[in-house]
Amino acid sequence: MTKIIVDGAEVDVPPEYTLLQACEAAGAEIPRFCFHERLSIAGNCRMCLVELVGSPKPVASCAWAVRDCRPGPKGEPPEVKTRTPMVRKAREGVMEFLLINHPLDCPICDQGGECDLQDQAMAYGVDSSRFKENKRAVEDKYLGALVKTSMNRCIQCTRCVRFATEVAGVPELGAIGRGEDMEITTYLEQAMVSELQGNVVDLCPVGALTSKPYAFAARPWELTNTESIDVTDAVGCAIRVDTRGREVMRVLPRINEDVNEEWISDKTRHQIDGLRVQRLDEPYVRQGGRLRPATWSEAFHAIAAKLRATRRERIGAIAGDLAAVEEMFALKDLLVRLGSTNFDCRQDGTALDPRWGRSSYLFNATIPGIDEADGLMIIGSNPRKEAPVLNARIRKRWRTGALKIGVIGERADLTYDYAYLGAGPETLARFAEHPPARLSRQIWLVGQGALARPDGAAVLSAVARAAVSTGALTDGWNGFSVLHTAAARVGGLDIGFVPGDSGLTAAAMASGGVDVLFLLGADEIEVESRAFVIYIGTHGDRGAQRADVILPGAAYTEKSGIYVNTEGRVQMGDRAAFPPGNAREDWAILRALSEAIGAKLPYDSLAQLRAALFKAFPHLARIGAIMPGNPDDVRKVAMRGGAMEKAPFRSPIDDFYLTNPIARASAVMAECSALAERAAATAAE
Amino acid sequence: MGFRYDHHHGAGAYICGEETALLESLEGKKGMPRLKPPFPANVGLYGCPTTVNNVESIAVVPDIMRRGAAWFASIGRPNNTGTKIFCISGHVNNPCNVEEAMGIPLRELLERHAGGVRGGWGNLLAVIPGGSSMPLIPASQCVPLPMDFDGTREVKSALGTAAVIVMDKSTDIVRAIARISYFYKHESCGQCTPCREGMGWMWRVLMRMAEGRAHKREIDMLMDVTQQIEGHTICAFGDGAAWPVQGLLRHFRHEIERRIDEYAANPHPEPVRAAAE
Repeated sequence: MTKIIVDGAEVDVPPEYTLLQACEAAGAEIPRFCFHERLSIAGNCRMCLVELVGSPKPVASCAWAVRDCRPGPKGEPPEVKTRTPMVRKAREGVMEFLLINHPLDCPICDQGGECDLQDQAMAYGVDSSRFKENKRAVEDKYLGALVKTSMNRCIQCTRCVRFATEVAGVPELGAIGRGEDMEITTYLEQAMVSELQGNVVDLCPVGALTSKPYAFAARPWELTNTESIDVTDAVGCAIRVDTRGREVMRVLPRINEDVNEEWISDKTRHQIDGLRVQRLDEPYVRQGGRLRPATWSEAFHAIAAKLRATRRERIGAIAGDLAAVEEMFALKDLLVRLGSTNFDCRQDGTALDPRWGRSSYLFNATIPGIDEADGLMIIGSNPRKEAPVLNARIRKRWRTGALKIGVIGERADLTYDYAYLGAGPETLARFAEHPPARLSRQIWLVGQGALARPDGAAVLSAVARAAVSTGALTDGWNGFSVLHTAAARVGGLDIGFVPGDSGLTAAAMASGGVDVLFLLGADEIEVESRAFVIYIGTHGDRGAQRADVILPGAAYTEKSGIYVNTEGRVQMGDRAAFPPGNAREDWAILRALSEAIGAKLPYDSLAQLRAALFKAFPHLARIGAIMPGNPDDVRKVAMRGGAMEKAPFRSPIDDFYLTNPIARASAVMAECSALAERAAATAAE
Repeated sequence: MGFRYDHHHGAGAYICGEETALLESLEGKKGMPRLKPPFPANVGLYGCPTTVNNVESIAVVPDIMRRGAAWFASIGRPNNTGTKIFCISGHVNNPCNVEEAMGIPLRELLERHAGGVRGGWGNLLAVIPGGSSMPLIPASQCVPLPMDFDGTREVKSALGTAAVIVMDKSTDIVRAIARISYFYKHESCGQCTPCREGMGWMWRVLMRMAEGRAHKREIDMLMDVTQQIEGHTICAFGDGAAWPVQGLLRHFRHEIERRIDEYAANPHPEPVRAAAE
């Protein structure tokens, strides 16, 4: 620790701190545009200038380390002043320079109200301009479907360039020209091909990069902010849902250092226009081959009649990828009361089973654990498509040079270099009896591409065996890590939403094993034509089209729900809006239905439901925490063995932008998907 | 003692003469100065400790080695010892490049090596003693002007690169400095705000002033702008661009005011001559 005097107050900070950090530690606020905690230091905006006693010129506090400061002549600690006239004059000068070529279009700028330049101009700007020349005009650039540009407003802070290069790993953005002709653009104005590009909008301190789908839609002060959890993948990014009235206007990231830092994927951010269209807003009953709108009681009667005529072992339920734990718990409860053990939350047929222990299906290394890892083996997964934010975390670690990465499975551009070891089980088998690697913190990341296949259990066992034999399981470190793709999956496995003894799996139920099938938002599975399907969900997607009765439910923004992410971290999202029309929250639908069919569920409110849930599964009550699995479970899985097939591993996600019913209803996601396809086709040429 | 010598062409950008921009350029990146510290002596080319020297510094080494440091230090005045290569250009009869002792008076330098000022010493208007990035010195302060660090500093200029630019009385001094400003606007790398935004501002105001199309209060404003650039940038380019303008405003304010009055008496709607040439 080093002592430094900031505005007369002595603080003790680590020597590698920058002056900006030291000043903040001392409580002095430093304005900045180019500096960002998670990006490299550019030092180019010059807004953070402070006076360093002994230095003739003000120094950029973001780029000057505490250890670079010389002590005073008598050995006293270096002294920084942030409120002197010199500092104020310097910052006012910089602010004036930033404003001379910045258009006066705040009234029509989407950044208005949340603009760093606007805010800081309040502190360091003057009321009128001394600049009598013409302002610079810069042509707007095309950056794709998500980022709208207004380059007149750009202050060349290069945050977007640094984000694209460093975090997203797609060095597509850059600055061309020099001096006042410097412009930010992509090469030949092609659309960006990153799954994280929406984050540049958050990073842009001015209105140069704004959200295209959100353009001119709302002002920040009209919006109600609700903290929630993302469900587009199994990472469970912390998000803020901004609503105006009933409508979700936008989704922004919240900071959660343990999960998403402050990034979210484009699907998380921009699939929300899908929440407005294709919605199921009233119950439907199939009559004469066609679905017709019905009342809730009609729908319940149709279900009750069908259930009465069905033997209990011919009833089943499949939970989809976006379901919250509460409704899965209620649905399982209902099925048990009906006397059935046919329920499954694994509609992709992945070979994971809670009976093998929690450690066998979690990302045991945890996401913060990636920052400590020194080896990573990716098996049957494309994290860039399955969990872009987690992939950025891997890239962050890789950039330090301390992470060695190997891939078994599909060759893909993951934004970092890796050793490609092979395509499938044969390569994996080579590691079964591998001598311990000289790495102390390995991660064996196995994706659904390796598990959701007929020999998935054998692959899981082989991965566990390889992890054990190479030494990925040590004291205090469990490197066996399953990367899920569905937000509901770990929660479903946690509450045992898997077939009981003699119960049927999702595939067996969908292919004629049951006569009455509940689909809780399960849209990724094809159900054969004889079963009577009750679809509880939000969108007119595959499940609804197949349904005989549709019960309209609530999307993730319209209900409070618990989700367990791929690490096993329990997180709760709040309700930001209300379901449309006659749609209801899913647990309430199940509660009402249970009464209509004479198997009444014993909870009348969400609080009561949660109390029952927490009683049965106490770890779900610890919001934000991970209950770690027992590493011995992994060793047991390793002993299970089994024969693997020869087929290579394939990532389960073909199209990143269209993985769930909300995204498939979204016009923005459809455009992104088309752009990505075109970019892939161009790259192939 | 053997050594390896690699010769590398630059692509011509002025800023790539700056120590760290040169390293960036050598590494194949955009020629933009780096933040200091760390200095190149610690973290330089490809992250390795690097010493960056001008050719002129290297060129005197053999003579110092041959004749000894005492000999070299005996040339010139105390604190300003050794020789300097002067590059004399502009309105002299015989523009040339010459190595001379530090501290040689300007007039002697010009008359001994460059054939004197065009039209005689009396025709001298101003001199820029150290390359275009230094403040000019009006003729009235050019005698005696020892051409060394302290001598030029006494008249609020600096020796800089010792590229002496001589301007006789035929020179449109405001336009000349505006041309220099245009050069700096063109060569600014665009990395940091004061330089990127300030260069164009200075140049445009100067272009107007060259024709008198300005307000007198803008003279002080321009001075203020130069001071907002000076010392607030990553590299010394901002200083180097601000100083010649400051020199002009300091010594030729009367000339600018005269032109403003002239134009105010006879305003016309023709556009400002924008091109620098």
